[in-house]
Amino acid sequence: MANANAAAMDAAGGIGESKLMAWVRANLFSSWANTALTLVVFYVVAKAVFFFGSWGIFNAVWIGTSAECRAAKGVGACWALFPEKWRFILFATYPFDEQWRPALSSAIFIGLYFFSAMRANWNLRLPIAWIAGLGTISVLMWGGVLGLSFVPQERWGGLVLTLILSTFGLALAFPLAILLALGRRSHMPVIKSMCVVYIELIRGVPLISLLFMASVMFPLFLPEGVSIDKLLRAQIAIIMFAGAYLAEVVRGGLQALPKGQYEAADALGLSYWQATMMIVLPQALRLVIPPMVNTFIGLFKDTSLVLIIGLLDILNAAKVAVADPQWRGFGPEAYFGVSLIYFVFCFAMSKYSQRIEVELNRNKHR
Amino acid sequence: MTASPAAAKQGPMIELKALNKWYGEFHVLKNIDFICERGQKIVVCGPSGSGKSTMIRCINRLEEHQKGTLMVDGIELTNDLKNIEAIRREVGMVFQHFNLFPHLTVLENLTLAPIWVRKVPKKEAEETAMHFLKRVRIPEQANKYPGQLSGGQQQRVAIARSLCMKPKIMLFDEPTSALDPEMVKEVLDTMVELAREGMTMICVTHEMGFAKAVADRVVFMDKGEIVEANEPEAFFGNPQNERTKLFLSQILNH
Ligand SMILES: Nc1ncnc2c1ncn2[C@@H]1O[C@H](COP(=O)(O)OP(=O)(O)OP(=O)(O)O)[C@@H](O)[C@H]1O
Ligand SMILES: [Mg+2]
Repeated sequence: MANANAAAMDAAGGIGESKLMAWVRANLFSSWANTALTLVVFYVVAKAVFFFGSWGIFNAVWIGTSAECRAAKGVGACWALFPEKWRFILFATYPFDEQWRPALSSAIFIGLYFFSAMRANWNLRLPIAWIAGLGTISVLMWGGVLGLSFVPQERWGGLVLTLILSTFGLALAFPLAILLALGRRSHMPVIKSMCVVYIELIRGVPLISLLFMASVMFPLFLPEGVSIDKLLRAQIAIIMFAGAYLAEVVRGGLQALPKGQYEAADALGLSYWQATMMIVLPQALRLVIPPMVNTFIGLFKDTSLVLIIGLLDILNAAKVAVADPQWRGFGPEAYFGVSLIYFVFCFAMSKYSQRIEVELNRNKHR
Repeated sequence: MTASPAAAKQGPMIELKALNKWYGEFHVLKNIDFICERGQKIVVCGPSGSGKSTMIRCINRLEEHQKGTLMVDGIELTNDLKNIEAIRREVGMVFQHFNLFPHLTVLENLTLAPIWVRKVPKKEAEETAMHFLKRVRIPEQANKYPGQLSGGQQQRVAIARSLCMKPKIMLFDEPTSALDPEMVKEVLDTMVELAREGMTMICVTHEMGFAKAVADRVVFMDKGEIVEANEPEAFFGNPQNERTKLFLSQILNH
């Protein structure tokens, strides 16, 4: 391969455009099979680009009425849906005139993510920022003070609901997962079997059924007169579910840690919790950053399953938006728009995890 | 009996009486009787699988024995967590594969246990750490990570890490056998120095030069038993047991 490359370079003289030609010849057309594959891939890509260009751009209806959209149906996309429906998709049933409040709350969430991503802030500033941020978000979302009108949770929806469910879901599932993983490796039989049962039970059922049970069965366990809100029940179900999944990821890291590390900590007289917090977890968690982020991303998207109990997160808000008789049939456009938002968040998570992994492992090897 | 806590305790530093240990069906340690006096240096040798590591790992409870008694500095090692903690504070251990904490710097490796276990103030712990790094002759590596050091340097850091806990006893489990030959000497020199300063040491090693130079006693183990124990001159010059003779001829003739 390298030889072919070099030879091709020589033959082509090796300047500017000819260098590119040489690269193309060496990498894309080096053999008959390779050439055929290149052509097939080119054809498929070109076809897709062409389709998306004509449907999604040139023949699309960018602004207009649903009637104009209907006329172009099948030929062009109906992006005119968004000027009309974006507020419903992003904020769902939150009172229309108050929608700056969930907008600002979402912005605060995103601000907190960025703040937490910076290692320089990994100190006392972090919990302070989160307490302040979440406090402000609660005031904004509920209101009832400072002249803001009260908005009950039943009316929350859209992007901010997705962010609430996934932020609290991950933030609380993570410590739960660590405890479960440690418990599963414990020498105490009762703790160990409790953790095993919990993990296997929760992991073995679909999130949808957990959510459903949470909304139907939790109330049965509660004493008469006490009720927990639907959103909170969904949140608890998500935390329990994510905890079980993450626990197995964390356990993988614990198992990968060489036995000598535990022995050195013991020999130095560190207690179980000292060794766990300072020696075991810092190393074990680093080892499992990729599968952990994988689980995070999966969970972020799984929050949309709250539709089963009638909560309107951003995906379900989009679904409801195109149930409007006027805009019925423009589902693909609506889902495309929402997917883009999901993608931005998930891609950011993935990129960030790659960077942090490199940074944390920099000192490990020579 | 004096009430003063500063008064040196009496009796042997380490005493194993009729110690037995099984791994499932497998009888690894058979009726081990072993005494290590204060300040004594004992070298333990024997063929692979004879139970040397298992024996010294019982002393700080990395392994649990099932029968017999084990006393360290007058404290009996039982399931009582208090006793285990107390004993681990007195006993330092150096491993074949160093077992440094790779995510911490050399200095952090050295100060972690003193700060959290002995509750020494951070600044004082760092001074002690630098003192011991100077003694093992690598103070300039304090802010590097273990992965950036050579094997010999890592093992010297591991020795310094144990010394920072101010132990009364140091256990060594084949401290040089994972090292390249040119690094063995620097680690052995450190150990010889430590021995000269009067540290109580139990050392599993096949470095017979080291045994001749510093050991007060050499103990030979085979198949989970102590077969022979003697002063180095007698042990090497006039071994009694057939198994000892065979072992010595194998390791001295290459
Ligand atoms: N965790 C364990 N479970 C079962 N058997 C074990 C375990 N650890 C050690 N053994 C066995 O116990 C015996 C003694 O092991 P030990 O490590 O003490 O030997 P050693 O004298 O230190 O040998 P070496 O020179 O190879 O280090 C060996 O036969 C070994 O296979
Ligand atoms: Mg061994």
